[in-house]
Amino acid sequence: MADNQSEQDKAASSLDESVTAEIRQLAEQMIAEAENGRLSDAVAVVNKLNELRDRTLYQEVGKLTRAVHESIKNLSIESIGAGSEIANTTDKLTYVVEMTDKSANKTMDLVDASVPKIADIQQQAGALSQRWDKFLKRELKPDEFRQLSRDIQTFLQQSQDVGQQVQGNLSEIMLAQDYQDLTGQIIHKVAELVKDIESRLVSLVAMAGTLDSLTGISHPEEVEAQPATDNHGNIAAEGPQVNTADNNVVSSQDDVDDLLSSLGF
Amino acid sequence: MKILIVDDFSTMRRIVKNLLRDLGFTNTAEADDGNTALPMLQSGDFDFLVTDWNMPGMTGLELLKRVRADDKLKHLPVLMVTAEAKRDQIVAAAQAGVNGYVVKPFTAAVLKEKIDKIFERVEG
Repeated sequence: MADNQSEQDKAASSLDESVTAEIRQLAEQMIAEAENGRLSDAVAVVNKLNELRDRTLYQEVGKLTRAVHESIKNLSIESIGAGSEIANTTDKLTYVVEMTDKSANKTMDLVDASVPKIADIQQQAGALSQRWDKFLKRELKPDEFRQLSRDIQTFLQQSQDVGQQVQGNLSEIMLAQDYQDLTGQIIHKVAELVKDIESRLVSLVAMAGTLDSLTGISHPEEVEAQPATDNHGNIAAEGPQVNTADNNVVSSQDDVDDLLSSLGF
Repeated sequence: MKILIVDDFSTMRRIVKNLLRDLGFTNTAEADDGNTALPMLQSGDFDFLVTDWNMPGMTGLELLKRVRADDKLKHLPVLMVTAEAKRDQIVAAAQAGVNGYVVKPFTAAVLKEKIDKIFERVEG
């Protein structure tokens, strides 16, 4: 990569030198013509100088255009994996939105289901407590007490059931928070991609900024395709699979179980 | 029963910890990647390891391999709870000696089933 860069620099300076030499030669010619009193010839040399400047500028613009074009191509193809990664990223972000939406709704549904149950128990407990106070003050008739004792029995059973239901709902709420981990992994990946695109855009801007010295197409450092293994040659982690329709991806825990049992588990 | 929960996301550690508590396993410890988990496993008397795969530092797969390569730890039951869902990856985990594999998002029932199954096999 460094060699490539220095070659380009060499190309740039050699072209600059040839242009400079041509300018110097034309200038000297112009002075000579002027000194010899051949003014029209001198003016013709000035025109040649103009042409030279225009030609150089057109060449530079042409090269810049090509460089920009190459950079854009690299931006969408090489760096981002066959151009599909942007679309992929959109899918991933959509997945994040879906996951958070699902979790938020699930949590709120469970809260909505729990609140009236608790409120009901609370209200019944209040009413029973008043009747119990009456009993303690010996203000209850015998058949009122029999009714109270039946109601207390029902209430205790109901409290037990509601307690169990709400406990179940609470642990489901806990589980519904798993989106944070899954979406977090995806967002990390998207952030990496954005960083990559940013660095490529920066190099594109730098390229455009050096119009004067730009003479060859400078290729931004090529990103080698990362194999799906880590430094130790281990199979790498990839994060949540968004597209479970992919044949290489299991779509459910049942698939995992089938696969493992096929391996003798 | 002492269980080590390894995941880089604290929310997921909390979820797993709570689920394990609901299942009656109250003695748990947490680590945020393989590098912190391995010394804990080596010095502590853990009976069970629940680990994520995708973590910075040392991944869960690497941790699993290290555990299997360690004379003291090689029989430790390991349950992988991960979002990694490619067939190749599951096969790789199986080859590395995982005892169970749960893909996220999972349910309490699935976690319980896998844990029960692992202990059935380990004890049986």
